[in-house]
Amino acid sequence: MLSLLWLVPALPFAGFLALALFGRRMGAFAAAVGTGSVGLSALFALAVAAGFISSPPPARIYTQSLWDWINVGGFKPGILLYLDSLSLVMVLVVTVVGFLIHLYSAEFMEADDGYSRFFAYMNLFVGSMLVLVLAGNLLLLYLGWEGVGLCSYLLIGFWYRQPENGAAAIKAFVVTRIGDTALAIGLFFLFLNLGTLDIQKMMNMAALRWQAGSAYPEIAAALILGGALGKSAQLPLQTWLPDAMAGPTPVSALIHAATMVTAGVYLIARTNVIFTMAPAVQFAVAVIGAATLLLSAASALVQHDIKRVLAYSTISQIGYMFLALGVGAWSAAIFHLMTHAFFKALLFLGAGAVISGLDGEHDIFKMGGLRRQMPVAFWCFLTGACSLAALPLVTAGFYSKGLILFSAWQSRRAGFWLWAAGIAGALLTSIYIFRLVFIVFFGKPKTAVVKKPGPRIVIPLVALAFLSIVGGFVNMPAFFGVKDVFSRFLESVFPVPPQAASLPETELLLETVSAIVSLAGVYVAYFFFLAAPEYSEEMARTAPGRALGKFWFSGWGFDWLYEKALVSPYRWFARANRNDAVDLIYSFIAAASRFFHYGLSLSQTGKVRFYAAVLALGAVITITIAVLAR
Amino acid sequence: MILLWLIIVPFAGGVAAWILGLRGRGGGSAARWASIAALAVDLALLAAILAGRSAAAGRHGDFFLEARAGWVPQLGISIHLGMDGLSLLLVFLTVFMGIVSVVASWTEITERAGFFHFNLLWCLAGVIGVFLSMDLFLFYFFWEMMLVPMYFLIAIWGHERRTYAAIKFFIFTQLGGLLMLMAILGLYFIHGSQTGAYTFDYFDLIGTRMSSAAAFWLMLGFFVSFAVKLPAVPVHSWLPDAHTEAPTAGSVILAGLLLKTGAYGMLRFMVPLFPDASQRFAPVGMAVGIIGILYGAVLAFGQTDLKRLIADTSISHMGFILVGIFAWNGLALQGVTMQIISHAISTGMLFILVGALQERIHTRDMDLMGRLWEKVPVMGGVAMVFALASLGLPGLGNFVAEFLILLGAFRANPAASAAASLGLIVSTVYALWIMQRVFHGDERTRWTLPDMSVREKGVAAAMIVAIVWLGLYPQPVINEAAPALDGLRRISISGPQAVKIPAPDFRLTAAAKAVPLPAEEDPAFDKKARVVPDISSQKSGEGVNERP
Repeated sequence: MLSLLWLVPALPFAGFLALALFGRRMGAFAAAVGTGSVGLSALFALAVAAGFISSPPPARIYTQSLWDWINVGGFKPGILLYLDSLSLVMVLVVTVVGFLIHLYSAEFMEADDGYSRFFAYMNLFVGSMLVLVLAGNLLLLYLGWEGVGLCSYLLIGFWYRQPENGAAAIKAFVVTRIGDTALAIGLFFLFLNLGTLDIQKMMNMAALRWQAGSAYPEIAAALILGGALGKSAQLPLQTWLPDAMAGPTPVSALIHAATMVTAGVYLIARTNVIFTMAPAVQFAVAVIGAATLLLSAASALVQHDIKRVLAYSTISQIGYMFLALGVGAWSAAIFHLMTHAFFKALLFLGAGAVISGLDGEHDIFKMGGLRRQMPVAFWCFLTGACSLAALPLVTAGFYSKGLILFSAWQSRRAGFWLWAAGIAGALLTSIYIFRLVFIVFFGKPKTAVVKKPGPRIVIPLVALAFLSIVGGFVNMPAFFGVKDVFSRFLESVFPVPPQAASLPETELLLETVSAIVSLAGVYVAYFFFLAAPEYSEEMARTAPGRALGKFWFSGWGFDWLYEKALVSPYRWFARANRNDAVDLIYSFIAAASRFFHYGLSLSQTGKVRFYAAVLALGAVITITIAVLAR
Repeated sequence: MILLWLIIVPFAGGVAAWILGLRGRGGGSAARWASIAALAVDLALLAAILAGRSAAAGRHGDFFLEARAGWVPQLGISIHLGMDGLSLLLVFLTVFMGIVSVVASWTEITERAGFFHFNLLWCLAGVIGVFLSMDLFLFYFFWEMMLVPMYFLIAIWGHERRTYAAIKFFIFTQLGGLLMLMAILGLYFIHGSQTGAYTFDYFDLIGTRMSSAAAFWLMLGFFVSFAVKLPAVPVHSWLPDAHTEAPTAGSVILAGLLLKTGAYGMLRFMVPLFPDASQRFAPVGMAVGIIGILYGAVLAFGQTDLKRLIADTSISHMGFILVGIFAWNGLALQGVTMQIISHAISTGMLFILVGALQERIHTRDMDLMGRLWEKVPVMGGVAMVFALASLGLPGLGNFVAEFLILLGAFRANPAASAAASLGLIVSTVYALWIMQRVFHGDERTRWTLPDMSVREKGVAAAMIVAIVWLGLYPQPVINEAAPALDGLRRISISGPQAVKIPAPDFRLTAAAKAVPLPAEEDPAFDKKARVVPDISSQKSGEGVNERP
């Protein structure tokens, strides 16, 4: 069973090749190829998972070497697949959610003239993402890492006719490339200090050669973190994600919510040994996560575009994952990664159904009352919203977010403040997502529904809604007396978290607090956006309300800052230097010799008297110099 | 003898093409086929060399083929050709790019096609000669040899400002060549006065003893000449003009091959002949490379002329080569070899695309393009692949090259490598800018143009296969180059005193515990490299060279 592993990433790549070469002649068949390849890949992934669980390989690690990639002296990263419980979880999330989104796209993108191109890019994405999570060494991971970045670029700019889509795509690629470059330098650093890029050997070597807290692991962790910040859209590299919503909605669901943007979380979890040895950087991870989750939750609160609300929400939720990583709650981060993949993909796909139902309307204030007109979309979206808001007991988000908050509380360093940031974020989350629900699905209808979702849209929605509920039951808090299956499954990968003194009662208390907070958020949203919207409008009209709203709306001014500080000067300099200042030196030499050429040819008059006069003058000057110089 | 044929065949093919081209109708076709035939013969010769290589062993370690004939014995000049793995790869690249450029300009050149192909083939023959010469006089001969046909290619078949560009190109490279000639003569006389044997032979001149000042100035002569050709900032400004104004085949050969002769010269001659001086110069050389990487990218981003933009990216990519050469360790040198090959393919193909576009819409101005994907999706897809190669996307050859260079440079000089890594960001900006301006966005002019023809698709397919192969399985190239690069590193070690001085190994510091690295994963390039430090990390001796 396990030996089929290579087929899991190979099938989407094969789909990409077929679509890239013959896609334009395929017509509607393109969707079958695109969806089929990912579907098959998901089946093989399930088969591999069954094999992995029923008869675990030694040490719960299975590796498959495909071929030698580069071999220069001691530097020999191979094309090596590495499967352990962490990568297995990631593979399942990527293929299953990926398949559902492909199925959804088959209907969603039907009328588009780039139908086969869309599936080609999507397949390339799934293949690259699988390489990323299955890579046995960091160089292969880097290949997948850049590959998904490329697909993100291609798909954000999928509707290439609008220049603003192109701008968003370029922005996404360049901003993430800044992080990628830090990661590349990290790779150089790791290889030259540890002698290998093979992840497991590297981790062992780091534990042997480095002392915890010394400069080496701190530098390495900081460089890896740079890469993770770019890809996972965390402060200060988060600015590209809201703009990335220019892509088709299934892309936002798959790449900019469920899978690619969580790659940074995966990377840090994968290299957890180094982060554990680098307490300063690890604490920075937690702080960045906490700051990001608050800032972007506030921004989500004031957006008008349904997809931008979800985009800021994604940044915020990844902030929670970073918070978990920062306090060493590795499996909690991956748990939230998984549940988030379910409910955020669901929210995006639901939003997509609404958008296409209203003929491309993105503005939530032009929507309303859709509860009755689009019941399936409503119920699915509501499920996703409940899960995101972590409504108690019945939603997946409740369990994963609760675990993160509990872990933050236990953290020895600034535990209370990290927890407080998380709980404040939870309140904001609940408010902004139910603001969306109440504005879009309740109240009076404002725009006519032109299209009802067909079966290929409904099936993925229902499937994801199901997962958004039951996905959390695999890992329940201790006071339920149920086994935390998920954390135990990941135990072979992650170090066991330090058993703090907290009792189950503490956990019960914390869970109760978060349950109350999330319900309170729903009520606040109900009060301000459905029951008495005049209050919220009044608040937004006051001067500080307006200023704050604008500031949050623009994402805390980061775009403005980067535009002024980096983009504009670069563009200005490149334009100003278009003709290459260095060339002026040579132009000057050329001009000077031309000047002398003309000057001297002027003297060539053919008049003997002139020649004689100049001759005499020259003689006089020479003699004068000779005399005076004596 | 087979080495000599490698050079003679394109010479003869060129003459044949010219004569065939003189016929009025069908002459152009005949000239093209003659050129293809000559290059195919060269390809067959290379195949024969590869097949029979084990039997034939050269006189010098890593050289598996050598040929020597007297030329001017009184002055110690001989026709001494030699081929090691590096030369083999580069000659193969030359022939491949030659075929590609003939096929790519099949319909572009209609006037005086015979003479065009004559120049093309003579230029290629000169390049092959450069890659095979093991006699400095002969090297200089071929170095100038390739210049003149290129001058004609630009001046006759070029675009609007062809005369200006051709003269500028000629003056720059000629001046550079002159400096090299002076340095060669200086070396010749120093060696001759010491040993009494006046010779231009590469293997005899290696290890010449001289004062460090003399070595430095001679090294500088070589460096400037090669830096002009490469080109390095600030002697780069001939390149945008020459590349922009040259016909497609000219641009392909300029970017793909002529620039690489500069890199080759540094690898083969500058560092091995003057190891200590080069090593002392390394910080400056690396800095020049880093400036080139960043400045070239900024320059490219500012252009509106598509061809000029692509030309400027070469400056940026060649900066990586400088950084790699001055890092001078196994990783970096493999990276340099990969970069030479990958850049030839990626930039060559971009020039071919611009040429194809110009043939269709008669402009290179990006302000007049936009949304061409709608019209020519195949061309757009191909352009995307090579734009991505240009920005160093993993899975394509340029990534392997730049990664190895930066990795090697990081060992030699972490700060320099980190600075050079910024090139990965700025290259993203210009590469995506090309796609945006040309193929995406607003339709600024309403063009009607056909997509790629079967011939063009064939060229593109060959180039895509090559660049993907180099990106996913570069091992054959690496294996081929490894002994040659090891050889170069071996002969650039200056005497036994260097061996005693251990390389400053920043891996082993107080924080690191004394745990040995696993043998097979040792980051040191090989056993030799552990004993013999990289030039960039050696303490300079008093410039005494000795051949091992």
